[in-house]
Amino acid sequence: MAPLLALLAPVLGAAGTAALRDRPPARELCGVVAGLVQLGIIATMVPTVLAGGTISFTISPFLPEAAIGLRVDALGVVLAGTSSVLWILTAIYSMGYLGTGPDRSLARFHVYFGLTIAATMGVAFSVNLLTLYLFYEALTIITYPLVTHTHTPEAAQGGKRYLGYQLGTGVAFLLPAIVLTYTQSGTFDFVPGGVFDDDAGGPLLVLIFVLFLAGIAKAALLPVHAWLPAAMVAPVPVSALLHAVAVVNVGVFTVLRVVLDVFGTDLTAALHLGTITLAVTSVTILMSSLYALRLDNLKAILAYSTIGQLSYMILGVALLSDAGRTGGVLHLVGHAFAKITLFFAVGSVYLASHRTAASELRGIGRQMPWTMGAFVVGALSIVGLPPTVGFIAKYFLFLGAADARQWLVLAVLAVSTVLSAGYYVRVIRLAMLEAPASLPAGSPDDRSSHPRVRSVSESPALVVGPLVVTAAVTLLLGVAPGALLELVRAAARVP
Amino acid sequence: MNEIAAADQIGFPILSTMVVLPLVVMVVLAFLRDQRALRPVALAGALVELALSLALVARFRTGGADFQFAEQLPWIDVIGLSYHLAVDGVSVLFLPLTALLVVLVMLTSWSSVRYQPKAYLMTILGFETVAIGVFAAVDLILFFVFWELLLIPTYILIKVWGTGAGRSRAALKYVLYMLMGSAGLLLGFILLGVNHRDAAGSGGELSFDLLVLMDDTVPPGTQTTVFFLLAFAFALKAPMFPFHSWMPAALLDGPIGMAVFLAGLKMGVYGFLRFVMPLVPDAFATWSWLIAVLGVVAILFGALVALAEPDIRRLQAFASVSHVGLAMLGLASLDVQGVQGALFLVVSLGVTSTGMLLAAGFIHHRVGSTDIAALGGLAQRAPALATFSLVACLSAIALPGTIGFPGEFLVLLGAFRADAWLAGFALLTVILSASYVLVFYERAFHGPVTSPVVDAVKDLRPPEAIAALVTGLVICAFGFFPGALLETSQESVRVLVERLDPPADERAGGG
Repeated sequence: MAPLLALLAPVLGAAGTAALRDRPPARELCGVVAGLVQLGIIATMVPTVLAGGTISFTISPFLPEAAIGLRVDALGVVLAGTSSVLWILTAIYSMGYLGTGPDRSLARFHVYFGLTIAATMGVAFSVNLLTLYLFYEALTIITYPLVTHTHTPEAAQGGKRYLGYQLGTGVAFLLPAIVLTYTQSGTFDFVPGGVFDDDAGGPLLVLIFVLFLAGIAKAALLPVHAWLPAAMVAPVPVSALLHAVAVVNVGVFTVLRVVLDVFGTDLTAALHLGTITLAVTSVTILMSSLYALRLDNLKAILAYSTIGQLSYMILGVALLSDAGRTGGVLHLVGHAFAKITLFFAVGSVYLASHRTAASELRGIGRQMPWTMGAFVVGALSIVGLPPTVGFIAKYFLFLGAADARQWLVLAVLAVSTVLSAGYYVRVIRLAMLEAPASLPAGSPDDRSSHPRVRSVSESPALVVGPLVVTAAVTLLLGVAPGALLELVRAAARVP
Repeated sequence: MNEIAAADQIGFPILSTMVVLPLVVMVVLAFLRDQRALRPVALAGALVELALSLALVARFRTGGADFQFAEQLPWIDVIGLSYHLAVDGVSVLFLPLTALLVVLVMLTSWSSVRYQPKAYLMTILGFETVAIGVFAAVDLILFFVFWELLLIPTYILIKVWGTGAGRSRAALKYVLYMLMGSAGLLLGFILLGVNHRDAAGSGGELSFDLLVLMDDTVPPGTQTTVFFLLAFAFALKAPMFPFHSWMPAALLDGPIGMAVFLAGLKMGVYGFLRFVMPLVPDAFATWSWLIAVLGVVAILFGALVALAEPDIRRLQAFASVSHVGLAMLGLASLDVQGVQGALFLVVSLGVTSTGMLLAAGFIHHRVGSTDIAALGGLAQRAPALATFSLVACLSAIALPGTIGFPGEFLVLLGAFRADAWLAGFALLTVILSASYVLVFYERAFHGPVTSPVVDAVKDLRPPEAIAALVTGLVICAFGFFPGALLETSQESVRVLVERLDPPADERAGGG
């Protein structure tokens, strides 16, 4: 029952929000309470999965060939736990960022948010490909109204692109991949070590694998990445949801499931699928980093940064070494906390000053010390510098590449680290080291001559609180990663 | 083929009751003076019929391929005719589907039918009697009688209560198309009866009993002839590309109540499953490639036209053509999952396309048009209508979690096993249907309100809301729990497919 309860908690929270739709802030608190309950439920499952066990629950017999059901393992707990913690924080942050006014659209926002978490739990605990596909597509549909929340023409445009990419690739590539997997293996189940026989046809299996990579657009591999920058029209809490809490994590998680439990590492190696994946992820990492260098809009920089970071995780698993897998899974968690910190900070800056571009941030660190301090922590973690969790993950990735003797990949990792340092350091330098614009307004080289420039101060506690917490966790996991590493190693199948 | 008598299973001739009950209600309506009582009485009758059909499914014995609830009375012994009703896994679900659609149509008649409501309701009930007969008859000639009788209420409904200017032509077009196939259908049935007599030697007698004929061996030449005669008639009804052109006309100019039946009860596909596949299995297996190719063409043609179609009802007609193509591809896969998927698909499409058409009807009743150009921003004025339409749309694009998914998924599984290339084309349906459905939804319900008519639109009224709610619940419930429906057809389909047993060399290529 436990996995089902973890899935139902956010649904009930959403129902509570809907029932109390005219009673802010009680309606928002429904989500927070449901999140805490859910986190508690997930926590009870940790000892079992750490011991290598699983917890199963069948929802519906569905087809004779495959049931709709849940099965919890360590990898699922990693995704579910990350989403659950970040959901609670995002719900609190949203109260500060969007406010708790009487506006009904806010109630709708929180309802969809809760349902998104439910779908994420469904993916995390899917027992087979069919169940995963069901929740994966449900996630697409549920997040669409969140992306278009502001109802502006740009939001409609971005939302259309989001939906088009997600549904299009899901139906055109992911569904055939699942069907072909079944016709070749006779099962939809996830089996550690893979489902295919040794004598299954090689070229067809390679095709299936490529269909999976192309079909899982949520992992934002080149060339199916464009939905992610398009979706930045959404408000900051939704960006957090896309980039850290749910959507991209689900994408990477699905790729990991396919590699580990559909193909298995042995077959992945035998068919050179790891090499294919390394090539795709390496190109994605380099292209996105190079592209981000010439951007000025903060959300756009973060979006391209996410595209690159997701590929790190997949690359880690594709290295087919213990250290690589550990790094990949750890980065799933570490990146989520760091990236949500960055988005929260960018939102906080926007709330306080209506600034959206890196070049407008000159000296804002002195006016918003908590926000920008957290931003620095998040950025350090993404670049991979100590003492953050990002450093530990990068360390494992480098180690994994060395173990696998993938010198070219090692070079890609090194180069991209320098590139990402480039665009984050620029922001940090402007914000923290330069003096606030003190020139008279309208002066030709004053690029931040916004009317509110002199009155910028720290955002309200509901906004600053969550981002300080996520930054603190980013640091904490960097200093004391022991407990998390134990779970991550179980998830990464490290003996 | 074995059968279980209705007396042993439920204690009364339930199938005959279901055939007669709508007729009785019809007569009651005829003598009813109070105009306000018309709709409640008709609805009550339809609900009793639905309850009977649900009892039928509840008592249905899964796990075997037997014909059940059988009743047989001699009719015209000399020429081997009998009044023989029974259902098996192939047909049993069509009865509750028919009864459900009638209830939904009754519910929507509250607001949408102003002209001669008594005659309208009586005609719908007449249609129900005949449709139940079509799905329950297992004597070929009895089936043919019901099949032909179907034309009468359909013609009347389109011609008298049609909403478009071209309703007379649409009604005539429908009848002419159907008559084209009728003669061949009867001839095909007679050939099978004669073959039975001749095969038995000198003492042989004519028989048109499906259960008897299924055990006959039909020579290849006769099989081919009968196959084409029957296939033509059923392809017209389905409608299969290229015999589909009556459908857009009937859906656009006919009343929504009739459109629901025309698009929702896929009797043509049922005809293939019920008669063509079991009676001439070798010919069906031999010519399955033709059906598959026509199916794929229909899938693409229907979807592409739907993509460019500005009217919701015509869009639904072409979507229907496309989906029938997919179902035919499932049948042609000669694979248990493919055929079962096709059967589930046609039943589920009954619900899905009804959802879409009910939404179209609600819109037409409010805006006076189903042209997308006249809409836009409906979601702001009628959120309940928009939500209902969205659920129907998601089922139409076969999103997992809706009733539209399992059937399509199984057909794809079967098709991939039969021929990966054709299946690849079939996948295009999924993509294309996602595009035309979502484009329609976007244009009709989102965006700014531009038309003053749309601006004044009121949301669903109680009877409409009930119809919408019931449809939505069925779509979601069987989206998550299709097993209950699939279970009923499992064994019958397995036996059906085993009989097809094509030559080994043809199957080898498909892998």
